[in-house]
Amino acid sequence: MDNSIDTIMVLLVLMNLMLLGLSSLGTCIRVVAAQGITLGILPLVIHGGIFDIRLTLFSAAIVGLKGIVFPLLLSWAMRDVNAQREVEPFIGYGKSVIAGPLALAVCMWLGSRLPLPLDIVSPMVMPVAFFTIMCGLFLIVSRKKALSQVLGYIVLENGIYTFGMVLAEKQPLLVELGILLDVFVAVFVMGIVIFHINREFDHIDTDRLSSLRS
Amino acid sequence: MIPALILVPIVAAALSLIIRHDNLRRVLFVSAALTHSGLTFVAWSCTPEAILNGWLMLDAPGLLFLSITSVLFLAASFYAVGYLNFEKKQEKQDFEDGSFFTNTPEAIFIACLLAFLATMTIVTVSQHLGLLWVAMEATTLATAPLIYFHRHHRSLEATWKYLLICSVGIAIALLGNFFLAVAASKTGGQDTRLLLSDLIQQGNTLNVPWLRAAFLFFLVGYGTKMGLAPLHTWLPDAHSESPSIVSALLSGALLNCAFLAILRSHQVLSAAGQSEFSSSLLIVFGLISIIWAAVFILGQTDYKRMLAYSSVEHMGILALGVGVSGAAAFGAMLHVVNHSLTKGMLFFVAGNILAAYKTKASKDVRGIIGIIPASGVLWLAGFAAIVGLPPFGIFLSEFTIAKAMFEQHRTGIAIAYLAVLALIFISMSRIFLNMAQGKAPQGIPAQAGSETIFNILPPALLGVTTLIFGLYIPPFMNTALHEVAKAIGGF
Repeated sequence: MDNSIDTIMVLLVLMNLMLLGLSSLGTCIRVVAAQGITLGILPLVIHGGIFDIRLTLFSAAIVGLKGIVFPLLLSWAMRDVNAQREVEPFIGYGKSVIAGPLALAVCMWLGSRLPLPLDIVSPMVMPVAFFTIMCGLFLIVSRKKALSQVLGYIVLENGIYTFGMVLAEKQPLLVELGILLDVFVAVFVMGIVIFHINREFDHIDTDRLSSLRS
Repeated sequence: MIPALILVPIVAAALSLIIRHDNLRRVLFVSAALTHSGLTFVAWSCTPEAILNGWLMLDAPGLLFLSITSVLFLAASFYAVGYLNFEKKQEKQDFEDGSFFTNTPEAIFIACLLAFLATMTIVTVSQHLGLLWVAMEATTLATAPLIYFHRHHRSLEATWKYLLICSVGIAIALLGNFFLAVAASKTGGQDTRLLLSDLIQQGNTLNVPWLRAAFLFFLVGYGTKMGLAPLHTWLPDAHSESPSIVSALLSGALLNCAFLAILRSHQVLSAAGQSEFSSSLLIVFGLISIIWAAVFILGQTDYKRMLAYSSVEHMGILALGVGVSGAAAFGAMLHVVNHSLTKGMLFFVAGNILAAYKTKASKDVRGIIGIIPASGVLWLAGFAAIVGLPPFGIFLSEFTIAKAMFEQHRTGIAIAYLAVLALIFISMSRIFLNMAQGKAPQGIPAQAGSETIFNILPPALLGVTTLIFGLYIPPFMNTALHEVAKAIGGF
């Protein structure tokens, strides 16, 4: 079982690294969708294929939301964007890609310093979760387009969710569903705001949203 | 009772989306606010039963914060009637760059306001930290459309910043929740649930390093929402661009809710014997916030932004008071009440000024007393109240906190605190007094008719209440405040 968990973790890391280097918004949306689906499978793998109706439903909800609904929503928000469909980074792709492995090394070190006090499914989970969170934050601050910031937010949430999966049984279902619902509505509202930004300004570059100062 | 508190605003929100007639919807809005505050009032005399296995329960801190929210919302609903009426007639032209814009439909605006009330109510009654998180994030989502009421580019920019910064902040608080779950897990035996009562009861069994890390994430996450510097960057934009009624609710009710979330985690740390750690962090963030706010108030040219930075300052004072603890915890709780009342009042009056002068630049506003006399008087009274002049309530609460600092021999902190308050007093008096006095600029028509009972009575009543609390604290409130202070480690 450990093997398949580790495989998923490696996949997550690779997808994060891809996001750092990709320039096309459309491809980014697809990679984030793939990451969501991978995460959706994670709870089933962690619990070793034992059929549990609650877990299966939860998994299905995540796959549906992160793999299908979010990409559709974001593609819809992007549909009318006239500007070039490029993520337009503040920090170049080259530098981003180099920063990735460095951050991963820091996360590995951090993971070894903060041992979990419970039986852990795989020692990879903690560092990978931290790395995903860091990538999400990096994407939010280093990209101009509002849409790529939303993608960064989803990646950040994926990282937190990976960490939460370690504690899958510790959270009551009500809370899990509440979290999912909130994230869904958040991305939904962000999609609508992007739509408005686009209509108001004819662009979605957040660095040009700068009339409000001190 | 608790279900009723949550359901009344939700049902009213749903109804207001269906109702087509504006006046009928406004009546529904005010009556929902009245019902909510009526229920809250009853909760003071008979404690409502806990429901959902103790997940939803009104304890002393919850009741205090719920009451503040409810009272402020009632005042806001009354003010909103006049405001929405005015907005309907108003020409929709941007006064800064002359472009035309539309407003968010009134039905959606009122529905979002009611949903906002419902989510804040859940924050105050939830005892489960996971549920608390869900409700906190829901407040962000309910308020985003409110900030974008005037659909022009500046409010859109403010909405985007608010949505993104707060969502990321709250996501970090979620990580704090997971860390707390790790701290509460046991290798053998039953894990502690994330219910506040369980966590406090089994405080000494929690894993300390993870607990500390959890508090850090809570403080940074919810602190973003509460507006603690340097995490407050969304706050001035959102407060200055949203309609005054929304600014009043954001400042007086929403920031408090985030503060309550931090208090809950502080309660857990205190139970685990780690209050020193959380207190010192609260003091550091509190001091940074008041100093930061003082710097930005000093050169402020926009009076709504000035009020927003003043909120950052007062949130800093709250964090500082709770961090100093002891008698200062009581002072901080009194300060929560007084700040909400005063800030609500000031934002309502700022709305009146904006309607009359059509500018947010404080240098272009002169002679309020001559143009809109009642608002002018309230503006001056609000100034005296917010900077902490006696006999207003804020004087009493700020004084209590300062006294506790000296009693605990934290002279350095006390001196910094008093010096910054003095600086803020000076810079605010320049702005406020210049606006109230002098000769009104040409081209402002005498608008005697623009002051109605709807936009004068709510701020006046809030002002009178904080004045009363400065002179006399009713015994029932005194008991309640002491109880809350005890819950958060003071007395």
